[in-house]
Parts: sequence; C-alpha cells; structure tokens
Amino acid sequence: MRLPPGVSAGDFSAAIKELESAIGKEWVFTSDEDVNLYRDSYSPFWHENQEPIPSAAFAPDSVEQVQAVVRIANRYKIPLWTISTGKNLGYGGSAPLLNGSAVLDLKRMNRVLEVNDKNHYALVEPGVSYFDLYRHIRDRDLPVWIDPPDPGWGSPMGNALERGGGYTPMRDHFDAHCGMEVVLPDGELVRTGMGALPTAKTWQQYRYGFGPYMDGMFSQSNLGVVTKMGFWLQPQPDAYLSGSVTVPKHDDLTPLVEIFANLMNSGVVQATTTVVSPLAYSRDPELVKLRASGSTRDLEDYAGQKGIGYWSVSLPLYGPEKVIAAQWEYAKQKFSAAIPGATFRDGASYKFPLTEEQLTKIVNPVPFGVPSLQTFSIGGPKSQGHMWFSPIIPMTGEAVIEAQSVFDKVAQSLGYVTGTTGFPIWNFFARAFVIIYFFPIEHDIEKNRRSREIFRRLIKTAAEHGWGEYRTHTAFMGDIMDAYSFNNHSLLRFHETVKDALDPNGILSAGKNGIWPKSMRKAGA
Amino acid sequence: MNMKKAAVLLILMLTAATFAWAGPPQEKDSQLERGHKVYDKWCFPCHGTGVGKPGTDALKARGQNPAVLEERTDLTAALINTVVRHGVGFMPVFRKTEISDAELDAIDAYLMRNNKK
Repeated sequence: MRLPPGVSAGDFSAAIKELESAIGKEWVFTSDEDVNLYRDSYSPFWHENQEPIPSAAFAPDSVEQVQAVVRIANRYKIPLWTISTGKNLGYGGSAPLLNGSAVLDLKRMNRVLEVNDKNHYALVEPGVSYFDLYRHIRDRDLPVWIDPPDPGWGSPMGNALERGGGYTPMRDHFDAHCGMEVVLPDGELVRTGMGALPTAKTWQQYRYGFGPYMDGMFSQSNLGVVTKMGFWLQPQPDAYLSGSVTVPKHDDLTPLVEIFANLMNSGVVQATTTVVSPLAYSRDPELVKLRASGSTRDLEDYAGQKGIGYWSVSLPLYGPEKVIAAQWEYAKQKFSAAIPGATFRDGASYKFPLTEEQLTKIVNPVPFGVPSLQTFSIGGPKSQGHMWFSPIIPMTGEAVIEAQSVFDKVAQSLGYVTGTTGFPIWNFFARAFVIIYFFPIEHDIEKNRRSREIFRRLIKTAAEHGWGEYRTHTAFMGDIMDAYSFNNHSLLRFHETVKDALDPNGILSAGKNGIWPKSMRKAGA
Repeated sequence: MNMKKAAVLLILMLTAATFAWAGPPQEKDSQLERGHKVYDKWCFPCHGTGVGKPGTDALKARGQNPAVLEERTDLTAALINTVVRHGVGFMPVFRKTEISDAELDAIDAYLMRNNKK
C-alpha cells in the first residue's frame, strides 16, 4: 500500500478502516491496480520519477459521505485531491498535483437533480457529464440547450469550476453558473447565493443572495468540495447562421478585430469563434517557405494569387431566423465600410431542433449544444495526448500580431519553426482573446522535457508582456501563479491566508493553482 | 510484468469472460443488453459509426478493418480489458467508478457476441 506524505502506515490503515465504514469497502481503493487508474493518461512526466502518483482513492456517493471523508481526512491529515469526472485531460486528468495525495473521486455522485425548461436552468451533482445532462434533456424532449466544451465526457461542474469555455452564447461556464453547495474543509456544509435561504425558491435564478459573493473562491481553488451546482441553460434557439469575413492584407487585422470586438461587446455576435489566417496551416512548400521567411508582403501576394485572404473570422449567430440574417447583413456593412477588399461567404445554417439524420452528418456538433469527443482527433491518429498553453491577450489586432511574434521567437529560439501566422486565437470569454497552443504529450522522456522547457519559457515570456494563462496543467500551476506577482505576490499571499484559515490541516488539493497549505508551503515553493 | 504474471492475468481474464458467457440464455441476453448500454454510453462516442469518431478514425488509420469495434469478430476480453484499464494512444484509462468490473465484463460479452465460437 502506498502512503500519503506525512502519514504513518498505522494511521493510514486506521483511516482506511473508518473510510470503508463511512462509504463502503468497495469504494475505497488502495491496491496499485485500482489506484493506478487515477494516473494522468496525458502526463508530461511519462516514465519519469516526477510523475505524481496517488496513494488511494475514495468515491463517496452522497454529500453526507463527502462530509465523512473530509472529516476522517482531517483527523489523520490525509491530503485529498478532488475530481468530479476526472476527465480533465490536458490539465492533469484525475491525478493529483502532490505525489501521494488520495483522490476524492466524485464520479458516483451523478444525479441530474433538476432541469427547468421554463426558467432555463439545471442543478447537477459533480459526477454528471455533459453527455449525461444532454441525454437527460433529450430523453424528456426539453427545449433547452447545454453548452458543452470540446470533450463531452467532462463534468459541467468540474469544467465550470476550472473556468472552462464552450461555443454557444452560454460559453463562459463559470459565468453561467448560479448557486453552489459546498463541503468546507472541516466538513461543514454551506449553500451559496439564494441557497442560504432554507426555503429558497430562486437558488438557480438569482446568483448573489445576500452579503459577500463567495462563489469565486471555490473556482480553481482548494477551499471546498462543491457537491451541487446550478447552471443557466439557453432556451433552444430558432436558428443558426454562420458567415465568414476574409481580409486581404496583414494590417487589416487591426480593423477586423476592432469591428469584431464591437460586434461582440454589442451583443450582435455572442458565441465562440476563432480568428485565423488562411495562410497558417497549408503544407504547400512555397507557402511553408514564405511563412518561415516572415515577409508579410510576400504572404499577402501569395494570399492574393490564391484568393484565400490573409485573415479570416467566422461569425456564429444564434436566434430568430430573421434577426440573425439581419445581424449578418449589419456585420457585413461594418466590415465592408472599414476594410477595402473584405469578402464574405455564407456558411452553415440550421433550424432547431436538428434531426437525428442532420446530427449524424455534423462532424463537430458541439456549437449546437450537442456533446462530442470529436476534439480528440486534434493530434492525429497516432497522438498520445496533449496539453495546452493558453494565455489571455487583449482583443486587438495589435495584440494578436505582437503575441504571434513574441511566442514565435520563443519557439524559434528553442529550435522550432512555426512561422508567423500561427496560433489559433479564440474568444471563449467576453472582452479578451485566448490563444490555445497545442503541446503533444509523448511517451518519450526527452521530448516531454523539451516541451516542459518551452512551456515554462512561454509562461515567463507571456508574463513579461502582460499576458497570463487562464488555466493550466497541474505541472505548471506553480509557475503560472508565480507570474501573477503584483505587489510581491500579494494575491497569492491573500489566497494562503484564506487557505490557512479554512483548511489548517491542508487536506484539500494541496498545490492546486499554486496554493499550498502552510505545512507544505516550503516544499511547494 | 513478467511473462508468467501476464499469462496468469490472461487466463484470469479469459476465465472471467467465459463465466460472463455461461448461464441460461435469458441471463446471456441481459448481459448482452447491459453490455450494449454500457458500450453506447462509454465507447460509442469515440468508437462508433459516423463522422467525428476519433477512436474509429485512429483504428482506420492504423489499418484496422473493420475499424468500428461493434463490427469486429476478433476481440478478446483480455485485449478489451487491457485497453480500457491501461489506455492506448490518446485513449485514456477508465476508472472503476466510470466502468465497473462487472460493466467491463458486459462490454466484453457485447463486443465478442459475433466471434466464431
């Protein structure tokens, strides 16, 4: 039996007995065979001693059982690492950050507690996946949409707590939540927002309740175990229309993004899209050479000859058919007036609900509220996993060009040729862009070491330019928190003050997002 | 894992699968039905038919024919269980809170239903 750090064999055995009595022997996993299932399938430390390996896993089925686990863990000072569905691939999966932590696996708490199609909300437990919630809604033929992220087997709760994003107008998942139930580190149970009212009728309709708004402290944190969470759903829209805008010149990116930001912030466009260069991915040898040369003039000429444009953005529009048609017309006028040579193309259009037959033909149905695993095609058929570098940058053309150039230089300095037209830029969140940069995971120690080195250089370089990551793999949480260092790391010190007050024994998710309990702070720093 | 251990494991897995197949026809049917349900929930989104199925696409790219698991007649419980519990390529490991041992037996039965006896 593996032991958690700082816990004696005698204490751990005693704790295991108590846990077996609290949640059932079947749901206390201690054999290597069972516990190894909690390792990160996409670990950047494959075949290295640094890979954090859990010591055990506990899988309660109810709030009362979660409280019991937390109380026992406190008594024996067993570090827990909480997961919901554990499908956080690319960000650490179901594995802890601290080697030897015991995983608190909430997958068995998989009940959809309520879906309301009149006020458009849901209340779910942590182990509910997007697929589960989608099936629940579809089986009852309810006219509401969920907003899945790319992989559909994740947890709406887990994804929202990690502040993940999707594609429909409800794309900011933490922003779309309304009300939580949380087990605090000492086992106390609290409900936030209107849920604090014992007879609450609007827990999922009004976010704030009364007094300080505490929900944020349970996101990307280790201050509680969230056991219920409400989400606002989107009423099924009438229709969808996408139209793409392409501009011919490198410098057209500035007005392109300026108008795009105006359309987003005005509510004309409300969903996730990406600003791309049609020059970025083609393997045409001539283009590969031009990209490496970095000559924007030559690339413009190439784009002109091929008629593909230098930059492009596709606008996803959801709503009443006539309204979205008018929005597309309005957007076209705005772009045409500001950018000579801008061209437009009508993309896909749908009326909802989609038929089963339509669904079978859509490669990626996620933007239509239908969960999928299609995203795992991203690394190709021989992929062994991935992780993401994802800094937030301003929603301006200048920032995009600067970021492309800065990150490209880092990659080049480490021997990678990426070209200058390249990282996908997304608007998963309001008011800012996020770059999503793919790192392959390999079963190759040297390649992974190199990737980690580049990743860390990118974090530092981004911070020097005022860009910070929105989320990361457990391997880099300390590095990123270290970059959020204003006033001698005063925000981290504040987190630590709260952590020590709420979790003096440091039992919940040690090291999560760079926040360590007092007893481990030196080890973690 | 040494060869002896691997052989023992293989025998254990095959034995477990044999037990899954034993029993009266009614039990066999319900095991297949259960396996089909578990397969639909956990395997189909990646290994099913149709577009946007990365598991099927990856097997196709590796020359597997048929690439859709449900159409195979050569799968063994040992292979299925190893892949589900150890992962392969970009397919991650599945924990017992996701797919229990009993559910995995049912998947085995379902995916081996068309194997030549």
